[in-house]
Amino acid sequence: MKKVMIGNYALSYGAKLSRAQVIGAYPITPQTEVVELLSEMCASGELDAKFIKVESEHSAMAACIGASATGARTFTATSSQGLALMHEVLHWAVGARTPVVMGNINRALGPPWTIWTEQTDSLAQRDTGWMQVYAQNNQEVIDSVIQAYKVAEAVQLPAMVVLAAFVLSHTSETVDIPEQEKVDEFLPSYDPEYKIDPDNPHAFGGLTGPDGYFELRYQIQKAMEDALAKWEEIGREFGDLFGRHYGLVETYKVEDARELIISSATLASTARGVVDELREKGKKVGLLRIRVFRPFPAETVRSLLSAVDKAIVVDRNISFGASGIFYQEVKATMYNEKNKPPIFGVIAGLGGRDVTVKDIMNIYEDVMKQDEPKSDIIWKGVKI
Amino acid sequence: MKLSIPEKEILGHGHLACQGCGAALAMRYALKAFGTNTALSVPACCWSVIDGPFPHSSVNVPLFHTAFETAASAASGIKAGFEVQGRDVTVVAWAGDGGTYDIGIQALSGAAERNDDLIYVCYDNEAYMNTGVQRSGSTPYLSWTTTTPVKHPKDRPKKDIISIMAAHRIPYLATASVAFPEDMIAKFKKAKEIKGTRFLLVFSPCPPGWRTNPINTVKLARLAVETRVFPLIEVENGRNWKLTKKVRKEKPVVEYLKLQGRFKHLTEDNVAEIQENVNREWEILMDKVGKDE
Repeated sequence: MKKVMIGNYALSYGAKLSRAQVIGAYPITPQTEVVELLSEMCASGELDAKFIKVESEHSAMAACIGASATGARTFTATSSQGLALMHEVLHWAVGARTPVVMGNINRALGPPWTIWTEQTDSLAQRDTGWMQVYAQNNQEVIDSVIQAYKVAEAVQLPAMVVLAAFVLSHTSETVDIPEQEKVDEFLPSYDPEYKIDPDNPHAFGGLTGPDGYFELRYQIQKAMEDALAKWEEIGREFGDLFGRHYGLVETYKVEDARELIISSATLASTARGVVDELREKGKKVGLLRIRVFRPFPAETVRSLLSAVDKAIVVDRNISFGASGIFYQEVKATMYNEKNKPPIFGVIAGLGGRDVTVKDIMNIYEDVMKQDEPKSDIIWKGVKI
Repeated sequence: MKLSIPEKEILGHGHLACQGCGAALAMRYALKAFGTNTALSVPACCWSVIDGPFPHSSVNVPLFHTAFETAASAASGIKAGFEVQGRDVTVVAWAGDGGTYDIGIQALSGAAERNDDLIYVCYDNEAYMNTGVQRSGSTPYLSWTTTTPVKHPKDRPKKDIISIMAAHRIPYLATASVAFPEDMIAKFKKAKEIKGTRFLLVFSPCPPGWRTNPINTVKLARLAVETRVFPLIEVENGRNWKLTKKVRKEKPVVEYLKLQGRFKHLTEDNVAEIQENVNREWEILMDKVGKDE
């Protein structure tokens, strides 16, 4: 069934179709519609879940972790300051190996107060061990929530479905809502091997010395590596069932490309338009959209970049004192390659500043005039 | 013969508590009352060590270790998880005073305001003992700790967590003492049969932190009640304040203080001031008990 809905509702429908059993959530702009709709669904019985209306995001995540550890499927959603407040327990969810699924609406952090989009909130959580998938439209939001549960439960790691504030969260688009029966077939109920159970009592997370902790961290990294194949495999399986295929990345006109624009989320949608315009002018440009950021699809990035003459990474985020975060990741991935193009890093659209087709076109034209990057950051549109 | 304390021991041998640990006694009695169909949510506190390092555990019920400020919120989640799976399990948040009075009070207040169906037990040893005796919101007036040295002992009274919890109008809250196991067991059992948020504050002497002889743990816990430093009470729905252990003739507070190294620096004037404070707090409590009785 097709329905016009905002990105936030797509998150809620994703959780509902996945039959989330425990929801712990706290309101924050621009996430509120997610929890409002889920509250209504729970109140009407449309969704058979227990909604804990916690007093903070920190408690939201702690409650999801506790519920997940009993073997329940859990969901929460947040944004920006809320995600930052969760930081400690994001690590806990990973160490406890609880496959919580969370929606995060990318919003810039304060001060100054702001509510508009930027990716620094979620990217600042990159080392927690959460899987992260960046959606480019509302269809991908709903589809990614369902896939996220399947991957998360397969590898026992939590997953974050990330969408841009307002650009997706409050923008209405047509969304094909997957049929519940098919989702049930795709995503069976959650039944973990280890869970809190008085009939089989164990301690979870007890004090572990240097003799054991190391191996537990090794296993988390191995689970992340396994997840690379899972996102591909489960994205294909999803496509076979619902007609929309997904992978770790999305490529556009890369087959004969000499130059590659690399971006994520809705910026990548804009860049697709730029590629079309440039192709009309005879330029051999392609687009690489990094959909899954953690685990990082290094192999795919390497094989695509080693075949081009130039690469441009457009980041709507910044790691202060370094550079754009997707840029860092791409550059580091290519370092040991024999064939590597010069990689240019662009920072654009911080705090929700609009990034237009014209902006990306200008970025491309500027980069084409340079043989090598002069620094790690090309600022696009700073008015200072 | 009908015993008021269940004979069955659930807490196993080999736990890592110090000699004379009040918190170990508290757990022993709590488990006797709660039984094995119980799950514990334990934040950073002495009990995150006492239970034993991986792969050991001494409580013989599932124990979920959770972050410092999340005893209540993780317990809310655990309870919800069981509920949606149709399982009726007694879910207990088990935290020290730091995790309750200080860093965990927000999650505790949230759970209590929602009246989430869980039992919250604070074993109160009146400082951050697991980290090495730093002052907490529960540390009593003029007490020494490593962050309130004798030249500048704690200059504020112990936070009145009972009134804070009573103000949430939760169905049941009580204080208990490891020196009065029948009273404590009766309260744990009563709490178990009630729905909603239940809060129990268990007075738990700490020999290393209080600088006391381990042999005196039960004696100190008894003296705290007999000197009216720690009255044993029950409160239901924020009212019906009730004294469960009446002390016919109270003892002077000095008898309680003088056995403890943490109060060794006190002058006679200090002791007199503490006695006045205890008397005043008792009157405040009696106003509440009197009104409702």
